[in-house]
Amino acid sequence: MPPPASKTTFLEFEQPIAELETRIEELRFVQDDSAVDISEEIARLQKKSQALTKEIYAKLTPWQVAQVARHPQRPYTLDYVNMLFTGFEELHGDRLFADDQSIVGGLARFNGESCMVIGHQKGRDTKEKIARNFGMPKPEGYRKALRLMKLAEKFRLPVFTFVDTPGAYPGIDAEERGQSEAIGRNLYAMASLRVPLICTVIGEGGSGGALAIAVGDITIMMQYSTYSVISPEGCASILWKSADMAPEAAETLGITASRLKTLGVVDKIVNEPLGGAHRDPEAAAQALRKTLAEALKSLQSKKPALLVEERLERLMGYGKFKETAAK
Amino acid sequence: MSWLQKLLPPKIKRVEGAARKQVPEGLWTKCPACDAVLYATDLGKNLNVCPKCGHHQRIGARARLEALLDEDGRFEIGAEVLPVDSLKFKDSRRYPERLAEANENTGETESMVVMQGSIKSVGVVVAAHEFDFMAGTMGSVLGERFVRGVRVAIENKLPFVVFTASGGARMQEGLLSLMQMAKTTAALTDLGDRGLPFISVLTDPTTGGVSASYAFLGDVVVAEPKALVGFAGPRVIEQTVRQKLPEGFQRSEFLLEKGAIDMIIDRRQMRDKLAVLLALLQGMPAESAN
Repeated sequence: MPPPASKTTFLEFEQPIAELETRIEELRFVQDDSAVDISEEIARLQKKSQALTKEIYAKLTPWQVAQVARHPQRPYTLDYVNMLFTGFEELHGDRLFADDQSIVGGLARFNGESCMVIGHQKGRDTKEKIARNFGMPKPEGYRKALRLMKLAEKFRLPVFTFVDTPGAYPGIDAEERGQSEAIGRNLYAMASLRVPLICTVIGEGGSGGALAIAVGDITIMMQYSTYSVISPEGCASILWKSADMAPEAAETLGITASRLKTLGVVDKIVNEPLGGAHRDPEAAAQALRKTLAEALKSLQSKKPALLVEERLERLMGYGKFKETAAK
Repeated sequence: MSWLQKLLPPKIKRVEGAARKQVPEGLWTKCPACDAVLYATDLGKNLNVCPKCGHHQRIGARARLEALLDEDGRFEIGAEVLPVDSLKFKDSRRYPERLAEANENTGETESMVVMQGSIKSVGVVVAAHEFDFMAGTMGSVLGERFVRGVRVAIENKLPFVVFTASGGARMQEGLLSLMQMAKTTAALTDLGDRGLPFISVLTDPTTGGVSASYAFLGDVVVAEPKALVGFAGPRVIEQTVRQKLPEGFQRSEFLLEKGAIDMIIDRRQMRDKLAVLLALLQGMPAESAN
């Protein structure tokens, strides 16, 4: 669970808020052994801090949204699993090579009903970050996800996936074991899986590594999550030859939830609490719960054949092009 | 004027100038692998494979299809689908400018050419990446042409073959290009459900989103000799792991050794071999592929 809001880590563009919050903390500290009642002053400053947060968050640039999406205190998959599901039983391993901890998955209950949960998992402290490879899966991670999806299909359980990765791991061992094949295989399997697939981008939706567990019937994005074909830094260093141009790249790539909804690649956006999901994870989870429940309800009654047919139709609709008269 | 030029009769001077004009640029080319100086026409006749050392240079999509398919009864699919700048994407240059330049350099309107035809009288739909068109990247048009090709294959009960050569998804189309990975792969599920074969031929280079979607999903996965094929490019991997990559890493021969592909086929044998494979997969008699 992320630490409580009082110990919030502030991002660079949040520095004015951070200063106010420090001031409030100081006042709280002196209040304990002060004869003068300064609670009014604290309340005033808190209100000011809220207003400032509202103002800053009302006009976040795409690059700032990317910072929030990567916030070290942002709720991760297991945080949401704990808040949204009951009876989670984690299942491990791909049965071929290893258990990749950058993807977690298992059986659980959503509003009492059995389901499968799969998601990228980042670590909080250094040790866990390394164990989870910073949320960058290797082929065995994707193959575990595939195994769990097939398991869900066998027992007719809906699948919820949670996306939060900088991307699939670009390493020697990953290449040797077929990173490309593992991702491609998942895309193929997800296109024709005969159970509902509900995908939510909760943090970073990093390219193919994200898509490999994000092909489904409904794509949901948390308000301050991002989803992109390439990281803004990567794009900037290729097209501008300088990673410093990442803010420009973030702008032009169109990585935010609102922009992607306009483009028709994202179906629903879940609003986050003021200042981002990490300021109030429980509120973020409850907002997401409502959207997930609606999504499940809309899919549950559909026969598998219809479900797959509609999914294919949806996937075939992706893309923007023009047509000339056939020559 | 030097003393030598003064000595030369005017006629010779004129002839020399005219002769120089007649020599087109790029008549001679050097093989990057063995340094052999090759006559460009010979290289072209040999499908851009060095006659001296067998090194496979890149080949354009259209040249490849023309060499692969029987001359009669071939026609293009999806040429009517053309790119738009849906994001109004601009880096150092605007996306439409890059598209126009790629069009000028290649004569193609996009990075994929799809054709229906036959290989030694075995019917087939073939899609080929044009690497010289914005690095063969996958955008909305490529996705749509691919899907239309698959649909034609399904309607006519034909197998589908793809020749990949791509840097991956096209950044200038943002997430829409990433979604083409899902779109193209989804179309293949339809082909597969109907028992129609899909063969992918990986050529130099195939990386990123193309590598991680349909490239490795072939019922038979083939590669050309020494093609660079991988999810991440070698430079990205080197920066991540901070060590030098082993010799031959991510080349076809490496992939074969790791069990990632079925076979390596020399481009000069591609037509014969694909006809054989397609006939085998479809239970056609051996003599049908000739």
